[in-house]
Amino acid sequence: MKKNWPVILLCLVLATGLVLPLATGASPPGFYVEVLLGGLMAGVLYSLVALGFALIFKASGVFNFAQGAMVLFAALAVARLSEQMPFWLAIVLALAIMVVLAWLIERLVLRPLVNQEGVALLMATLGVTYFLDGFGQTVWGSDIYKIELGIAKEPVMVLEQIFQGGILVNKEDFVAAIVAAALVLGLALFFQKTPTGRALRAVADDHQAAQSIGIPLNRIWVIVWSVAGLVALVAGVIWGSKLGVQFSLSQVALKALPVVILGGFTSVTGAIVGGLIIGVGEKMAEVFLGPVLVKAFDLAGGGIENWFAYMLALLFLLVRPEGLFGEKHIDRV
Amino acid sequence: MTGMENTRAHRIGEVILAVEGVSLAFGGVQALKDVSFDVREHEVRAIIGPNGAGKSSMLNVINGVYHPQQGTIRYLGREYHDMDPHEVAASGISRTFQSLALFKGMTVLDNIMAGRNLKMRTNILMQALRIGPALREEIEHREVVEGIIDFLEIQAYRKMQVGRLPYGLQKRVDLARALAMEPRVLLLDEPMAGMNLEEKQDMCRFILDVNDQFGTTIVLIEHDMGVVMDISDRLVVLDYGRKIGDGTPDEVRGNQAVIDAYLGVSH
Repeated sequence: MKKNWPVILLCLVLATGLVLPLATGASPPGFYVEVLLGGLMAGVLYSLVALGFALIFKASGVFNFAQGAMVLFAALAVARLSEQMPFWLAIVLALAIMVVLAWLIERLVLRPLVNQEGVALLMATLGVTYFLDGFGQTVWGSDIYKIELGIAKEPVMVLEQIFQGGILVNKEDFVAAIVAAALVLGLALFFQKTPTGRALRAVADDHQAAQSIGIPLNRIWVIVWSVAGLVALVAGVIWGSKLGVQFSLSQVALKALPVVILGGFTSVTGAIVGGLIIGVGEKMAEVFLGPVLVKAFDLAGGGIENWFAYMLALLFLLVRPEGLFGEKHIDRV
Repeated sequence: MTGMENTRAHRIGEVILAVEGVSLAFGGVQALKDVSFDVREHEVRAIIGPNGAGKSSMLNVINGVYHPQQGTIRYLGREYHDMDPHEVAASGISRTFQSLALFKGMTVLDNIMAGRNLKMRTNILMQALRIGPALREEIEHREVVEGIIDFLEIQAYRKMQVGRLPYGLQKRVDLARALAMEPRVLLLDEPMAGMNLEEKQDMCRFILDVNDQFGTTIVLIEHDMGVVMDISDRLVVLDYGRKIGDGTPDEVRGNQAVIDAYLGVSH
């Protein structure tokens, strides 16, 4: 395989940036681990939303702009339903709603547009986005709602014996990260190991060939969009309990964009790794790179977390447009 | 040699697939015009013709990719009109592709296993949990697939990504995937296109072996006249979307319209 020096260089710079604070002693180990953990937890959530994008893009070649709106819609459903019934029932019902939604989208949007240009499909999902944003408010209301997971939000000290001063960990974040990681892992296994997963990958690879061996496209699409709905539901519940269920929740999905660019649009692994890189990267940049920049250029500081992910994605686009794990586009001449 | 031909002729059964008066147009372009022919069970039936004669269109009509404006297809005595490719596949007709349509990102094994999709009976939930029946089913299908892999002599490439294999082998994987469906009728779209002589001979051998051992009815499109004459029982000749010849290789060889179409004739 040909060596790709710019990519290697970029990865080296990132890795150096990762170990530098610890190596130079700029940060005590305990604090460093705390930032690292915080980054990983945020990263798992990015992975989750990115996975929603990657799944649909793989299976239908559609860039689903509506993923963010689906997150908000699912969160709204859970928040409002749980006011009237036990939490677990609200989750189950919300999941059912997302599956119905997936079916409707396949029926009313995808099926009539099959074999159309990618742009037409992108515009269609843009339409779905605005419809869901508006319709969600019509049905569930437009206030800020709460989702109570029933887990303590106060941070707790752990590992005091190993690190001086211990590490502050938010228990809810921790549980959320574990749930998200389990879901990501479960989906990855489902896609690699089951016949249905194989059928999904087959459709992703070649529609025509998949049909010729008897795989019904329509059913696969409903499954994929349902899975995307499930992912949106989990992401919505977790983000919703952190930030409150409100309109800005649909913007969280935009953070997943740099993740899929970094990891590769068609790769499940890419979505996972990309999410972790960006989660850790932006936390590290905010905490350790921020002060350095402030000192060097006499800036006001802060806000790196907001643009770091996009800068990183831009750099990757320059050196490796297909992303870390994406399929390389080969043109035969 | 004559002995073998005799036994093969004996095996050929009733009409299994009949194309009746099929016309297909794309806007103003008439791809097929009133084409009729039949395919008997267990035979090797070829559709030949010059470039743009409508061979691939014909295959796509049988396969359900295109729905003809006129005419019907009768399969096992039943007419079908607007069947989609996956429904046609479910009824026992599988196909290969001229320009390969394999799942390039998947391994050879996964590609062929995907061909067993229709035969899988357990549902998603059971598969996801990998409980008893689902696991047993996977193992059963794997056995069938391993048999096909042995048959087509691609054991060594089992775990390789299909996109990395040379062209001739990819063609073989395409055939393997179609065979994995245990079809009654196998449609082959230019199985020898772009191959060198050795690969062509291998492919001919495999096609005849499939026909002999599994009794699969084979409908194939081919450019290479020599190859087709050697392996098929009967041929249909198309030119500009019309049928200009139909019969055994010898009959077709002596047909003036066919000779004109292939060699060109001055008007």
